[in-house]
Amino acid sequence: MSLQNFHAIASIYKFELHRFRRTWLTGLLVPVITTTLYFVVFGGAIGSRMTEVDGIAYGAFIVPGLIMMSMLTESIFNASFGIYMPKYSGTIYELLSAPISATETVIAYVGAAATKSLIVGTIIFLTAHLFVDIHVAHPFAMAGFMLLIAISFCLFGFILGIWAQGFEQLQVIPLLVVTPLTFLGGAFYSVHMLADPWRTMTLFNPIVYLISGFRWTFFGRGDVAIEYSLLFVAAMLILCIAIIGWMFRTGYRLKK
Amino acid sequence: MASIIEIKGLTKRYASGFEALKGVDLSIEEGEIFALLGPNGAGKTTMISIICGIARASGGSVTVAGHDIVRDYRGARTAIGLVPQELHTDQFEQVIDTVRLSRGLFGLPRNDAYVEKILRDLSLWDKRNNRIIELSGGMKRRVMIAKALSHEPRVLFLDEPTAGVDVELRRDMWKLIGELRQTGVTIILTTHYIEEAEEMADRVGVINRGELMLVEEKTALMKKLGKKTLSVVLADPMESVPAELAEWNVTLNADGHEIEYIFDTQAERTGVSSLLRKLGDLGIGYKDLNTKQSSLEDIFVSLVHQEKAA
Repeated sequence: MSLQNFHAIASIYKFELHRFRRTWLTGLLVPVITTTLYFVVFGGAIGSRMTEVDGIAYGAFIVPGLIMMSMLTESIFNASFGIYMPKYSGTIYELLSAPISATETVIAYVGAAATKSLIVGTIIFLTAHLFVDIHVAHPFAMAGFMLLIAISFCLFGFILGIWAQGFEQLQVIPLLVVTPLTFLGGAFYSVHMLADPWRTMTLFNPIVYLISGFRWTFFGRGDVAIEYSLLFVAAMLILCIAIIGWMFRTGYRLKK
Repeated sequence: MASIIEIKGLTKRYASGFEALKGVDLSIEEGEIFALLGPNGAGKTTMISIICGIARASGGSVTVAGHDIVRDYRGARTAIGLVPQELHTDQFEQVIDTVRLSRGLFGLPRNDAYVEKILRDLSLWDKRNNRIIELSGGMKRRVMIAKALSHEPRVLFLDEPTAGVDVELRRDMWKLIGELRQTGVTIILTTHYIEEAEEMADRVGVINRGELMLVEEKTALMKKLGKKTLSVVLADPMESVPAELAEWNVTLNADGHEIEYIFDTQAERTGVSSLLRKLGDLGIGYKDLNTKQSSLEDIFVSLVHQEKAA
């Protein structure tokens, strides 16, 4: 841990957000449109024929899952892209030759990516209000949970960005692992709706704990206890930080 | 002059087992222009990469402005500006934004007046709001120099600053480097263009296969290793070199108007006066005499050649 070059953190943070601003229209329009589509299809067309889930109207029930799904993808994508691009274009030389510590680098890049993903999460939350009535049981917990999720998945994305040696590798984890796990993680249904053995198997899906925890902040109950959800997020944070620490110490795919 | 960079026993061995640097010792003095000369793959870029923090050394130590590059990397790196060989730029960003980013990265507060001065000095001010992708190769190179200078470094590394640059731009670059030197910045440039070292450097280091073969004042180097060629323009053309001149090993040019004699300026007896006396004895008249210093290129080629032969 070495923190002193605050100008560097601020500069990278601003530079990265500036990069997002350049594509703000697609960056913000995409989540709004995606959310709207999900509400039209699941909330309107299918949801109207469904009974309540766990005592919650189906349209409202899927909101936490939808926010979580977009935030996970956004976080991974933004953070991995943010550090992969300098590697790809070669401009990483400047970062490596600057008087900046690993901690400062991570704070700047992950901070910027997490900021964007929080903005996207908030936009989806606001868009959802146009379609369904949502009453958030624990607003502060909700904000805190969003923040934790954004940070831990941006850290995960950062790892991916350092690891990736091509654009394909950059996409493979979000598309082939995270998206399926999110769909199967109870974004659109309650785990209780499944019969065994699927129900038990689902409990091995880490995303279940995230969606469930987030749903708890909305409705005061989830598929698993909130403590387990928090424990999972904490474990993920620690693991990601440990891996990034190792990457910088050894110069893994960063330094020759 | 005090030294600003001290390199001791620097080695670099890649995972493949390839030894890019085999124990380099070098001291760079503050304010000088040092040219690191060597063929491709000699270890020039590896050495710079280690000093700047892009690669790790396998052994040895480096201090920059008194700061160890590993233990006190912040101090060392703050003093260094790096212009790498390849054109690595943020293609979609505006010139001025990337220069400001560089300044911030090196821990300095925003200073628009200073950034403006650099951009003006590099004739980039008119392009400040252009996206880098719109610039020519030469202009991109200037952007990279602007980025390196944005944090007011004491040492500037230019890795092959004129590789792939046209003649006019190369002249501009040389002029620019001369101007930078006036500001007191120490400049270390690598090149495999001998003329570049010859044109600008105060001292020259020759590196080949990871070993620093020599470090010399440029003029001393040329004097020490330099051979001179004496050309004698004859009054009347000759058909062949007379046997009497065999001991000087002279060569006759194609039209027979000129003979050339190569001599070592450091030798006790250069053979110049005895040759001229002999010409007089033989009754060979001449109209003009001319001596020419051999270039750094000749020196370099002979050095690398010796190494290969050894």
